[in-house]
Amino acid sequence: MSDHDYKPKSKVGQWFNDRLPLLTLANHLTDYPTPKNLNYWWTFGGILTFCLITQIITGLTLAMHYIAHADMAFESVEHIMRDVNYGWLIRYIHANGASMFFLAVYIHIFRSLFYGSYKSPREIIWILGIVIYLLMMAAAFMGYVLPWGQMSFWGATVITNLFSAIPLVGEGIVTWLWGGYSVDNPTLTRFFTLHYLIPFLILGLVVLHIWALHVPGNNNPVGIDIKKPSKDTVPFHPYIVIKDGFALLMFMIVFAFFVFYTPNILGHADNYIEANPMVTPAHIVPEWYLLPFYAILRSVPDKLLGVVAMLSAILILAALPWLDTSKIRSAVFRPLYKQFYWILVADVLILGYVGAMPAEGLYLLIARVATAYYFLHFLVILPVLGFKERTLPVPLSITEPILGGSPNLAAARHRESKIK
Amino acid sequence: MSDKKPKRREFLFTATTAVGAVGAAAVVWPMVDQMNPDASVKALASTEVDVSSVKPGNTITVLWRGKPVFIRRRTKEEIEEARSVKMEELIHPEKDEDRAKNPEWLVMVGVCTHLGCVPLNDKGDYNGWFCPCHGSHYDTSGRIRKGPAPWNMEVPKYEFVNANTIKIG
Repeated sequence: MSDHDYKPKSKVGQWFNDRLPLLTLANHLTDYPTPKNLNYWWTFGGILTFCLITQIITGLTLAMHYIAHADMAFESVEHIMRDVNYGWLIRYIHANGASMFFLAVYIHIFRSLFYGSYKSPREIIWILGIVIYLLMMAAAFMGYVLPWGQMSFWGATVITNLFSAIPLVGEGIVTWLWGGYSVDNPTLTRFFTLHYLIPFLILGLVVLHIWALHVPGNNNPVGIDIKKPSKDTVPFHPYIVIKDGFALLMFMIVFAFFVFYTPNILGHADNYIEANPMVTPAHIVPEWYLLPFYAILRSVPDKLLGVVAMLSAILILAALPWLDTSKIRSAVFRPLYKQFYWILVADVLILGYVGAMPAEGLYLLIARVATAYYFLHFLVILPVLGFKERTLPVPLSITEPILGGSPNLAAARHRESKIK
Repeated sequence: MSDKKPKRREFLFTATTAVGAVGAAAVVWPMVDQMNPDASVKALASTEVDVSSVKPGNTITVLWRGKPVFIRRRTKEEIEEARSVKMEELIHPEKDEDRAKNPEWLVMVGVCTHLGCVPLNDKGDYNGWFCPCHGSHYDTSGRIRKGPAPWNMEVPKYEFVNANTIKIG
């Protein structure tokens, strides 16, 4: 990168940049050499930044009208919906924005899984991403508690009770989290405080995530190291900016569809009933984006082990760069991994489905099989595959197969050899 | 330690670090402890309930420390069912005699010991309670019989102030 050579054109710019090199940073971000073959799966980083900013802005405006008190929270949310100018719009954007955020983050994560973006030298980017994902779940969970509806209250009760599974100190921790002997006003006020704080922590981590990304540069669909800048790269601006912008526009259409046409489809009707500590709703189901982990929790018949399994299912991702022993990044050149990848996608979708269903009979059996397979994928299949799999020849550069007449020469060669 | 005498500077480093650590801990503890139940929450620690209107086979639910407490006036059959169970069959063995000193009255915190939902009355495979969240079945003594909950529903400290009034807490 030629950042160090950058010199602002104007005298004032030079004077300023010598004292605070913001213009150098702006120049780095503009000229940042990006692989020229990035497909639309790579646009979700930008989309996620948009989601975070949207949540922060709508959240700030909601906080101007919301009252974090057990007696007034539910009413103040209804006040936002009915009385506050455009309150309904802001709240629906914020509520659906959480779902859109998770939709985008899941695509972003599965993009990494397919193209091996978590592998050396990008492990720190990946781990920062997992920390962001954990914080997102914490923020989403606490945010869901704030309207103080039935699902808010009982969701908070069930999730905080997960800590009671810890031997000896569990009960003490739960009381400490609640600030009482049940979920009540002290719980609500601290959740509001943390819900307000976490997005800014995420913002800080996003800066580190991008910083760590800009050290080795982007991975790409071919998954090879490329020279930068070279024939294989294009400057971030305008090429990637325009592509990201177009993808964002498409994403916003989906977003707007939910906000304007079915703003409550992703929520639960029970949450429009005010919290009642005497009655538990018949079916407690978390938001859709937590369902796979909920299914894992319920598939283990023991309380402590269920919680351990659920947490491991998330934390195992942090170890992924070392569990995947293959030197080849992209699944394009890993015929076996590609199949296991899609099985994993199906497995997670199945877990999500059974997570929404009652934990009994066939659903429970499916949840158990799917949970076992989830861990099998990461703990057995990935480490073994790295040694056993016969990978396809990888091109020397992004440009090479294109000049060779095929967008994926190596794959074409492979197919030819099979025919012969 | 070697026979070399520690230097003045090393001593100062260690002493400063130790004092600093103690100071930091002294500041951290109030920050942590402020989240524990406060004086006003603790002050609500007991509740008196008039149970004169409860008929046999009925349950009333009262709020104690923000949690529901079930007070059930059990029928003869229920008492018999609860007392005839063998200890070996129980996940968390407790005698019904210990859980309900006065066999007619069962007083317990109506919170599932799995993840804190409120179980439903007169439901489940053991004619007691059933938790809708993750399917735990409790018997007529509030003991866990089937499902993911690890313990029986908790019996709080309570006493009969007079024939019609129970004081919980």
